[in-house]
Amino acid sequence: MQFPILSFIVFMPAVAGMLLLLIPADRKTEIRMAALAAGAFALILSIWVYFSYDVAAAGYQFIERYDWLPALGISYHVGVDGLSTPLVLLTGVVMFTGVLISWGIDDRPREFFAFLFILATGVFGVFVALDLFMLFFFYEIAVFPMYLLIAIWGWKVTREYAAMKLTLYLFIGSVVALVGALAMYFTSGLGTFDMLALENAGFSPEFQRLWFPFVFFGFAVLGGIFPFHNWSPDGHVAAPTAVSMFHAGVLMKLGAFAALRVGIMLLPEGAKFHMPWIILLTLVNVVYGAFIASVQSDFKYVIGFSSVSHMGLVSMGFATLNKEGMLGAGIQMFSHGVMTALFFAVVGMVYDQAHTREIPKLGGFRKVMPLVALAFIVGGLVSMGMPGFSGFIAEFPIFVGLWNAVPSHLFANYAWIAILAVLSIVITASYIIRIISKVFFGEIPEEFAGHVHDVNVLDKVALVFLSAILIIIGVYPDIMVPMVEQGVNNVLRLLGGA
Amino acid sequence: MATETLIWLIPLPPLLAFFLIVLVTNRSKALSHTIGVGAALLSWLGSMVVFFQALRVEHLGEHPFLSSINWLQTGDTWLRIGVQIDPLSAVTLFFVAWTIFMIFIYSVGYHNYGQPKGDHDRKGLPPHGATVTDVHGHSHTVLSVEPMYSRFFAFLGLFAFGMYTLVVSDNLLTLFVGWEIMGLCSYLLIGFWYGKPSARAAMIKAFMTTRVGDVFMLLGLAYLYSATGTLNYREIFYNPTVLNELAHSASGVLGLSAAGLISILLFIGAVGKSAQWPLHVWLPDAMEGPTPVSAMIHAATMVSAGVYMVVRIFPLLSAGAEGGHATTAMTVVAFIGAFTALFAATIAVAQNDVKRVLAYSTISQLGFMIAALGIGAYVAAAFHLVTHAFFKALLFLGSGSVIHGMEHGVLHTGNHKVDPQDMFNMGGLRKKMPITFWTFLIGGFALSGFPLVTAGFWSKDEILTDAWKHAPVVFVVLALAALLTAFYTMRQISLTFLGEPRTKEAEHAHETPWTMTLPLSILAFFSITFGWVGIPEYFPILGGIPKALGFTPNWFHEFVHGTLPLLPEGGAHGAMLALAEAANFDPIPLITSLVVALGGLALGYIVYKNIRPEQADPLVKPLGPLYPVLKNKYYFDELYDFLFVRPAYWVAETFTSKWMDRVVIDGILHFFAHLTGVIGNAFRDYFDKPIINELLGDRVADVVQKIGHWAREIQTGRVQQYMIVALVSIAAFGALFYYLLVLAR
Repeated sequence: MQFPILSFIVFMPAVAGMLLLLIPADRKTEIRMAALAAGAFALILSIWVYFSYDVAAAGYQFIERYDWLPALGISYHVGVDGLSTPLVLLTGVVMFTGVLISWGIDDRPREFFAFLFILATGVFGVFVALDLFMLFFFYEIAVFPMYLLIAIWGWKVTREYAAMKLTLYLFIGSVVALVGALAMYFTSGLGTFDMLALENAGFSPEFQRLWFPFVFFGFAVLGGIFPFHNWSPDGHVAAPTAVSMFHAGVLMKLGAFAALRVGIMLLPEGAKFHMPWIILLTLVNVVYGAFIASVQSDFKYVIGFSSVSHMGLVSMGFATLNKEGMLGAGIQMFSHGVMTALFFAVVGMVYDQAHTREIPKLGGFRKVMPLVALAFIVGGLVSMGMPGFSGFIAEFPIFVGLWNAVPSHLFANYAWIAILAVLSIVITASYIIRIISKVFFGEIPEEFAGHVHDVNVLDKVALVFLSAILIIIGVYPDIMVPMVEQGVNNVLRLLGGA
Repeated sequence: MATETLIWLIPLPPLLAFFLIVLVTNRSKALSHTIGVGAALLSWLGSMVVFFQALRVEHLGEHPFLSSINWLQTGDTWLRIGVQIDPLSAVTLFFVAWTIFMIFIYSVGYHNYGQPKGDHDRKGLPPHGATVTDVHGHSHTVLSVEPMYSRFFAFLGLFAFGMYTLVVSDNLLTLFVGWEIMGLCSYLLIGFWYGKPSARAAMIKAFMTTRVGDVFMLLGLAYLYSATGTLNYREIFYNPTVLNELAHSASGVLGLSAAGLISILLFIGAVGKSAQWPLHVWLPDAMEGPTPVSAMIHAATMVSAGVYMVVRIFPLLSAGAEGGHATTAMTVVAFIGAFTALFAATIAVAQNDVKRVLAYSTISQLGFMIAALGIGAYVAAAFHLVTHAFFKALLFLGSGSVIHGMEHGVLHTGNHKVDPQDMFNMGGLRKKMPITFWTFLIGGFALSGFPLVTAGFWSKDEILTDAWKHAPVVFVVLALAALLTAFYTMRQISLTFLGEPRTKEAEHAHETPWTMTLPLSILAFFSITFGWVGIPEYFPILGGIPKALGFTPNWFHEFVHGTLPLLPEGGAHGAMLALAEAANFDPIPLITSLVVALGGLALGYIVYKNIRPEQADPLVKPLGPLYPVLKNKYYFDELYDFLFVRPAYWVAETFTSKWMDRVVIDGILHFFAHLTGVIGNAFRDYFDKPIINELLGDRVADVVQKIGHWAREIQTGRVQQYMIVALVSIAAFGALFYYLLVLAR
């Protein structure tokens, strides 16, 4: 039997979190070292999975399957395909960098890291789950620590409100999705939650059309789909830096990913039926998020709403239901994950020094923290879809997919949608440029002169690491594109080659 | 080394220079500029070798140098990236290599290399001068070296990389990569003196305006790719099947064909990059950057990229043209080009800043090229592209030299209120700066189209000739624009160099060092001679000379025309290309170009030859209320602010952010949260408390309690009483059981 690498990845963080709790609370340095070791270990494991995934062989790999509750058809069934492997890597990357930039947390770091790692277990679990029940199980594991992390370690002004809002939105979303999932379970007559079996259950088109919105929107709430996006920016702003990185970088992908895996893959006919107006909603996401981001004065809200906008592109790519669009969406999930983690890391670093996030009050930070400014510019170029950075590799196929999308009862073609969506990139450029010129260039306000300092070496490692990933994919897309393509092929097979 | 390998290598030295300067040598000015200029030299060498190799290939258009590799897999097809040199890229490479190399050299002098460090100079601001004490103990203020000297060469290097990439690319994707790199560098270089608020505003304006064009171009690329599965020039533009299919499939937008919509989307990209109306507003403001930047990016290379791209996509633009009638897309292009040419020329007439005049003139000249493309004269457009790059780079560098000389004067007098860029502060500089004067004169005459001698005459004449043949309206508009061009050019030359100095500063102006004058001389050389390669063979007398000397007559036309060989099955496409054929001799356009060029120059000289100090512009009176309109560029900045910027902010701030997101969506959420509370309270107050609590819970407890109270009466603690109760009970139960078990049976 092969080494159960996926199980190892999934449970290692939770176990590490539990072990952390055994270290005396006042030995903070040891706690941080242990957390860093666990993060690095998770990163190495995920890199290992990424590079040992056999692209040529395609399909699900590293499969493990054990019966759990055979009477109900629930099994522990995990495996990764071309779409989820990059996301596993993404989680490893964010976990590692999240620990690095959380070095300064002084209030109960032990519990903080423990919760963060439980969150990581949930996230890893969702990405690798091949059993519907397992997927929900891990999904809830991922949501629950968010509440505590935000409510305890968050920004004092809004943390209770934000934590509550986030948790309620996500739980309600998952309950709605669960209703759809149970409908599938009982209707299929197979008596199993195994998604590979449910893929071939042969649900009638009427059934699929009815239940698709439940499943899709239930999960898409976590992907920040309009008009259920509002928990997200509030949550981002209230969360501590590492949690924001997880939240925007990985957690939102969880929603999009689950919407794809459970919604589009299990109910393809429903997806085809509802696709046109979902594209319309995602268009709202893209433009609306960008508009709001462009006028926020709080640095973190800008990034929070930019996530709403960019996640709209992910959903839009999936909703095109063709190869190019979904390929772009798959890459966008990874690219945006890394990019937004980088953004939130930068916001956190600026805030730690300035103790304010009000953009008009900041200025000239390039002089004290040049590397941070450079990293933000790299992230900004990614978000503007500049060629040579991963954002272009993601957004270009999405737009190609949009042109290729099948005409429907709602739209004869998607030209106007594409034209409106592409304008959001202009708005994106405007708020990125605004931040670059207001926060990093110009003069340092007098109150900060001498009080703000450069970030430490761990922060720099994290920034360089994240930036490097964005550039590598932009320059050498071959490192990821074929893999995602294999995953997309599998989805297309279920869609009947549409 | 194979020529193909060499082509791959051309863009790399400046990129390496960029990294080397940024990472290693940025502290040493000498090392940095050596690396920068050295890299430009290498690329120049490579380009020249490739160019002359290309000349030796027969029918280069059909057998270009090609080489490509896989880059990005989308779906089943690969986006391939590669290089190609065909006649069009060869001539573009020629002028790009020359102008870039010249500008690198010029920058050494422009940024005062070898001068002392400034007294108060800070990073992000132009140098303010340094005080030196000479051997006699007198202290002078002299020009000081640029504080961010090394960084400038790094950025220029990155820019050069972008431009070379764009030129040698064999597909629209790599072209777009180069395009975006240049956009970024343009942003960085316009804001090079980021300490100036005006420079910061200009950099943002430039970036955002071109960004609007770029995203439409991206969309056009996405559409083109989704329709054809490739972005390679040869697979699209040289493939009649593909073109035909695109020309005859509807796009579903505004009744355009797919080819029409794609070309218009791509053309919007060019409108942004080449600063055509209505996206022209960024270019004049971009003059906030150092002058070599204005010369290189905003005159010679980057803004040319837009025109170059439209020349590239010409087959697509003209696909579907029936029997010589222009396509809708072409009409759009012709209109925008011609309108911009005239419109920008009128603004240039009323500008006083020496660089802004040139900026508007650039916009206008690019309009000429775009208009030429719109009427199908793509060879003429390419010709004007090349000649314009030479003489406009020359003019900008010349204006930089003038400003430099003026700054020398300003430092001498110490009066910093004098704007060294205002032409009304100059005058008489021909004596102080002879090389600058003569080269500027050549550049200016080329721009005006001074007959027979200058390159600008031949290229502009070709455009006018073609316009006369195919689109008389365009011809009239362009002729008017040409008249204005000659007029404002002579106005500029007269105000700057002729007459007597109008300020003390102008009296003390000084010729600039050889690093600046040498590039001027070389560019002046090309501003004259490059026109000779495109003398039409039908031209009286001169047209026959090349043949007599053994050269190809009208070499440029022959060579570049081969870029788009007539396709055998031609059809509609072939007919359109026939438009681009050299016209036969017709005296009317020739006479027109002679009249407008000479007339405009003469008029400009007469009006401006001797302006006194403090004298107002002689145009103010005759133009009346029109003058402030021109001076303020038709108020386009204000108009855009009113039409786009403010509404966008309103939509974002008031409507979307404050109202939709916070009031409506959050409102609904909070309403439900509140509703939940209300329902909870209702349950609590009207059901939970009265019914469950009081009626069920408390009442039951009350009853139990009462029973307890009552039962307490018998709980006296006296044993005797318990015994009696027990006895009585036993007796009673006994009787009961007896009755039930025995009697009742």
